[in-house]
Amino acid sequence: MSDSVGEGMAPDVETFAFSEENRARIRDILARYPEDRRASAVLPLLHLAQEQHGGWLPRAALDHVAELLGMPRINVYEVATFYDMFNTEPVGRVQVRVCTTTPCWLCGSDEVVRACKEVLGVEIGETTPDGRFYLREFECLGACANAPVLWVDEDYYEDLDYERTRAVLEALQRGERPKPGPQSGRKGSMPAGGKTTLLFEEK
Amino acid sequence: MPKLVIDGEEIEVPAGYTVFQACELAGKEIPHFCYHPRLNIAGNCRMCLVEIEKSPKPVASCAMPAADGMVVHTDSPLVHKARKGVLEFLLVNHPLDCPICDQGGECDLQDLTLFYGPDHSRFRENKRAVTDKYLGPLLATHMTRCIHCTRCIRFLTEIAGVPELGGCWRGEHMEITNYIEQALHSELQGNIIDLCPVGALNSKPYQYRARTWELRKTESVDVMDAVGSNIRVDARGNEVMRILPRLHEDVNEEWISDKSRFAYDGLKYRRLDVPMVRRDGRLVEASWREAFRSLADRMAALPGERMAFVVGDLVDAESMVLVRELAERLGCPHLDCRQDGARIEGRVRAEYLFNTTIAGIERADFCLLVGTNPRWEAPLVNARLRKRWRMGGFRVARVGALFDLTYPVEDIGEGPETLRAVAEGKHEICEALERAERPMLVLGAGAVAREDGAAVLALAHRIAERFGLVQEDWNGYNLLHTAAGRVAGLDLGLLPGEGGRDLAGILEGVEAGEIELVWLLGADEIDVSRLTNAFVVYQGHHGDRAAPIADLILPGAAYTEKNATWVNLEGRPQHGRLAVFPPGEAREDWKILRAASEAIGRTVPLDTIFAVRARMAELAPHLARIDTVTPAEWGKFGKRGRLAKAPFASPVEDFYLTNPIARASEVMRQCSREILRPLTEKATGTHG
Repeated sequence: MSDSVGEGMAPDVETFAFSEENRARIRDILARYPEDRRASAVLPLLHLAQEQHGGWLPRAALDHVAELLGMPRINVYEVATFYDMFNTEPVGRVQVRVCTTTPCWLCGSDEVVRACKEVLGVEIGETTPDGRFYLREFECLGACANAPVLWVDEDYYEDLDYERTRAVLEALQRGERPKPGPQSGRKGSMPAGGKTTLLFEEK
Repeated sequence: MPKLVIDGEEIEVPAGYTVFQACELAGKEIPHFCYHPRLNIAGNCRMCLVEIEKSPKPVASCAMPAADGMVVHTDSPLVHKARKGVLEFLLVNHPLDCPICDQGGECDLQDLTLFYGPDHSRFRENKRAVTDKYLGPLLATHMTRCIHCTRCIRFLTEIAGVPELGGCWRGEHMEITNYIEQALHSELQGNIIDLCPVGALNSKPYQYRARTWELRKTESVDVMDAVGSNIRVDARGNEVMRILPRLHEDVNEEWISDKSRFAYDGLKYRRLDVPMVRRDGRLVEASWREAFRSLADRMAALPGERMAFVVGDLVDAESMVLVRELAERLGCPHLDCRQDGARIEGRVRAEYLFNTTIAGIERADFCLLVGTNPRWEAPLVNARLRKRWRMGGFRVARVGALFDLTYPVEDIGEGPETLRAVAEGKHEICEALERAERPMLVLGAGAVAREDGAAVLALAHRIAERFGLVQEDWNGYNLLHTAAGRVAGLDLGLLPGEGGRDLAGILEGVEAGEIELVWLLGADEIDVSRLTNAFVVYQGHHGDRAAPIADLILPGAAYTEKNATWVNLEGRPQHGRLAVFPPGEAREDWKILRAASEAIGRTVPLDTIFAVRARMAELAPHLARIDTVTPAEWGKFGKRGRLAKAPFASPVEDFYLTNPIARASEVMRQCSREILRPLTEKATGTHG
């Protein structure tokens, strides 16, 4: 595990425990599964743990989840390392994920990546020195109709180009939360050049 | 029972067989990496592809159930092409470092590459490289060589019951790891070295020490516990280089414990390799002649009742025959092979045997463990109990100290009180005992090596009688020994004779000055500080606990250095064989005793090992039936008496350091430090 935990990053910890609020949520989650299939709750619990611990999972959190679910620790390690959405090393609290898979790339994700690097001042896979932003590449985010796409924490920012990406990231840097969705002004996945069908009523 | 046609031959196989097993039954060799008959099927190496007619693609035979009417080809051009393709892909990321790889010469991948491998590489890209993992003092890793067969993961999860290895990350980035860079906590982990089909997991102590084809292989028997695991001792010159398991379905299957596998470096250290006599308070080297003269000076005129023999844990049956004969000729009744102080009387053979037999565990449906931790006392008995548990319909209850045995155990109490409640039918577990068709009870060696040992034995006897543990073809009463030599000692009657003293009596006798000479044959696990009043003869192979206080040292041979008979806890006699010669002046123990008897003037006329074995067969006829368990007659044993309050405790406090060889082993000490200590205490900065 890297020693260079930035100032703003959640630190590695010796012990981990869920907050009171999360414990209540865990009770709800566990109620969804049969008693002898508690291990099924490993994904939602890991998401909770990651959310609580500033965007990454220290080993103590993995061990705690294993203990809660009565499963071997190694199986939790396997799950946490298998899925890309889980970070097992310290990363910045705001996670900026650029989709670079073919449709986004065709629509100009290279420009989005360039904007990200310039604004944040880091390379792919790095965290800004203040520990706030973590930039990474991601495989298809499933929003190809609005390519290229940027995924920041819970929000998708779509229809990006160099300028729009800069605008989004700069707003984030100022601590604002830009409006998620298409940045081109269109609504959802409607045709980019305006309506092309159902333009007049049937007579 | 499905009928298949394999390469033109029709064969009928048992229901539930896979195509792979059917092919093996038909005598066809199917190349494979991930498949292992004792592990769950993974089906991920794809090497076992065969052609099945009407199937559009080659089929992984290990994961395909055999069905009626299948027409299988194992040697067609399609099969060859498919296997070649699979192998080429496996080799894409496999380094070509066979010349420096410990697996070289016994590597599945190397062997199969010979048959299916390409003669050159078409791969021009960079190979994947994987960081090596730290898995403790026993396992060396070269993870770049790993082909992800997952046998190691499956072994630890299924058979060892310690799920600590896993496949982390995924796809191209997948790595076999325990993720935490700490030692594994299984006492069977060494077996994954054998299971690994490539050189990814190697033995750390053996790493870069020898090439397989240089080694002289001797089939022998292990003595680290009373299981009698079958082993192969690999030696080069006069040095044991490594120890591997040998297949014996009824004893160790194909596994051995880490102590059996890795304690061999103890054979090199702290050895007694020259006779020594005490002169002016110091032990000095002497010749055998001088040693025997000093012995004769002390013994020739000494009446038999003023001397005593104590026989230790690692003593072979031949030597015990000699001890018995010698004691008889000396008129010495003070003789004891129970150096743990067990209250076994030894009149009824069933009293001290593991009557169910190790393989018999698989037929049991209920098990009551009494004062035992089989995981440390006999790891392979524990593995068999776990195997039985995995089959389903098996309940295990325990009276004694808590310990994770890798399968669920119901704890019903800690001491003899609970055992009495069970014997009197007053405990709720009795219902299960009564219902069980083939119940078994395992009495730990620690439970009978206490003041109230005889009473505990009597209780166990009562339980056996009351709950039908002994039936026509079933004996569910078991004593779990920890010492490799104990059953032979009891079989040969190395117990106090008429008016003789047991170990406690001998120690008291020494303190009272009634016993002037004590002959310790490999007996180190006794309170040697109480022997200062007597002249102590120590015969054995290691300068462990007893040698420093001895007045005369007769250097003996360790188990790899002699042809000897060992009787395991089931009462199964097996032959261990000489793999290397004893160091220096050390000699086989029965020969030392034979020569000593002549020096004292009480010659035991057994001059060859055949004569010794013939005498052994007279004393205990079943010991001549090698590798056969002779069922013991059931009878009455134990003595009713007061029960102590103290809870039962296992005699094994540290799995890795139970005998003089293991205590001399640097590897075992390291295991104890790194694997056990963190479990018992929170490590501080001073612990390595």
